[in-house]
Amino acid sequence: MEKLSFRLAAPRSAGGTRAQAIVGVVASGNLEVLLERSLPPDICTIDIATAAHGFGMVWDAVVRDFAARRSAGGLRISINDGGARPDTVALRLAQGVRKIEEPER
Amino acid sequence: MSDWGMQKAALGERLAAGRQHAKGKVVPTPSLGAFLKAVIRSGDRVCLEGDNQKQADILASALASLEPGDVRDLHMVQSGVVLSAHLDIFEKGIARRLDFSYSGPQSARIARMLFGGKIELGAVHTYLELFARYFIDLTPNVALIAAVSADKDGNLYTGPNTEDTPTVVEATSYKNGVVVAQVTEIVDKVPRVDIPGDLVHFVVEANRPFYVEPLFTRDPAAITETQILTAMLAIKGIYAPYGVRRLNHGIGFNTAAIELLLPTYGEKLGLKGKVCTHFALNPHPTMIPAIESGWVEQIHCFGSEVGMEDYVAARSDVFFTGPDGSLRSNRAFCQTAGLYACDMFIGSTLQIDLEGHSSTVTTSRIAGFGGAPNMGSDPRGRRHPSEPWLKAGAEAAPGTNAALRRGRKLVVQIGETFGERNTPLFVERLDALELARKLDLDLAPVMVYSDDVTHIVTEEGIANLLMCRSKDEREQAIRGVAGYTDIGRARDAKLVEQLRQRGVIQRPEDLGIDPLDADRNLLAARSIKDLMLASGGLYRPPSRFRNW
Repeated sequence: MEKLSFRLAAPRSAGGTRAQAIVGVVASGNLEVLLERSLPPDICTIDIATAAHGFGMVWDAVVRDFAARRSAGGLRISINDGGARPDTVALRLAQGVRKIEEPER
Repeated sequence: MSDWGMQKAALGERLAAGRQHAKGKVVPTPSLGAFLKAVIRSGDRVCLEGDNQKQADILASALASLEPGDVRDLHMVQSGVVLSAHLDIFEKGIARRLDFSYSGPQSARIARMLFGGKIELGAVHTYLELFARYFIDLTPNVALIAAVSADKDGNLYTGPNTEDTPTVVEATSYKNGVVVAQVTEIVDKVPRVDIPGDLVHFVVEANRPFYVEPLFTRDPAAITETQILTAMLAIKGIYAPYGVRRLNHGIGFNTAAIELLLPTYGEKLGLKGKVCTHFALNPHPTMIPAIESGWVEQIHCFGSEVGMEDYVAARSDVFFTGPDGSLRSNRAFCQTAGLYACDMFIGSTLQIDLEGHSSTVTTSRIAGFGGAPNMGSDPRGRRHPSEPWLKAGAEAAPGTNAALRRGRKLVVQIGETFGERNTPLFVERLDALELARKLDLDLAPVMVYSDDVTHIVTEEGIANLLMCRSKDEREQAIRGVAGYTDIGRARDAKLVEQLRQRGVIQRPEDLGIDPLDADRNLLAARSIKDLMLASGGLYRPPSRFRNW
């Protein structure tokens, strides 16, 4: 298991009021993403535990694009990765933001 | 002065030798070995019928059971090297030289045997090329073929899997060769005559059907959200603007996703009747929802697909069927149709380099070509115009005289930037080059050449290579859709942005597509069971695809 941590400047803060959201499942080629609204609105942290070793450069590129393009400010994100491909990671992160922005019932 | 008629005389001798082991045209199974020894001569060119689908498996085993002391140094000329018996023949020394087209499941062993010098390789062909050479310089002396049934006169019924048989028989029988067919059963009257009996010299009753691989069945349950996104991009960014009505699809999951999005996403875009009306395509189970919702006017098939027989028979408005009701497939005609009568080929691949060459070869495997290079190439002999063909031609050479300008076939490579086990789709150097070096081949086995590819689709977007005006632009257009691969991360971001401004690269958002909409609920069927239900129970999936 490889562990990676990123602390990123986030130009846009996450909308909505939900305190947390979870998307995905830990399975081979998939990942689970937990998002918690617990940071200052211009910061996003991402902690990754991954089964695939040696992809640090790719993770770096994926999470930086995510923080720059999506409204990730204020989110503390934890990822449990089963060796998902970068496109799946980017999709789950985007789905996570959409979920935490959903109106509360 | 030549002594004319020598081939006919030699054929007469072989037939007489064969008849020693037959009753009329029928060879009893226990005599099969002795019979083959009698009609095959050392050094013969032999076509053992088999492709990526049907196999003359009984005849293959019988040939592999001969002794090299009796028959040796055969030159095998056949579409597929697929069964282990096909290579046992070389292992034993019965055959020495090989010209073929496709080797799917034997790709690793065939590479080992080539390295080990057990096989002398002529060339790896496309199906059409090998068929063409059957009539010029690779005409078989003996063809060992497969059919469903025969009558005592040798008339053959091939059922839905006619495939290569008419081509092989035409080349062999009309040039003084011997044709031997394995059939499931011998009947009084065949349901339809696919091969006339006067071209068939002997039949063997196998008492079981020839083997057929369900190669074109894709389980919708395995289609990912990323594949759905690539399918949405292709439909909205290529099918719609070019108005692609006549086409061929590859066998990957991306194109299966496209097939399953037509009745949902395609319908929403108002494309019904405007795209995907005519196909050169096997009866893909994933086509069922599109056919049932009235998208498809006509499909001609290379072969059949296991479990689709009853469905096809019940949809003769769409498929080509015989007076017996079942599908008539024909690989040579369908390959020709895919080459000349289709405006687009779209398929997946394993590796794409910076020029846009693509290959399904890895260093330790020779999978062959099958039909993809013919489907995925621009036919220089085409002369009839169509809207997509003219539009693509105009994009490639905008400043030229339209009346003298060739159109272009759309050749689209579609895939995710990372494949299985996180293997990148985009590479600096194709593994095919390393393989060619190791085997000392004149040509690297390239599936689709760079100058034939018009578009590359990944989850990151569409690169339109027709609109690239220099080698550098082309490279950056490819890098610009290569995602987080090494190739993609090494892009010139400024140039890629310029290409995007010009529409050479289109991102999902440029096409009004939200990647978050790429949901499995968009698929018209989400499982094999859904496909079966959509067919009204006519599709009978093979047991390996049934999980209920």
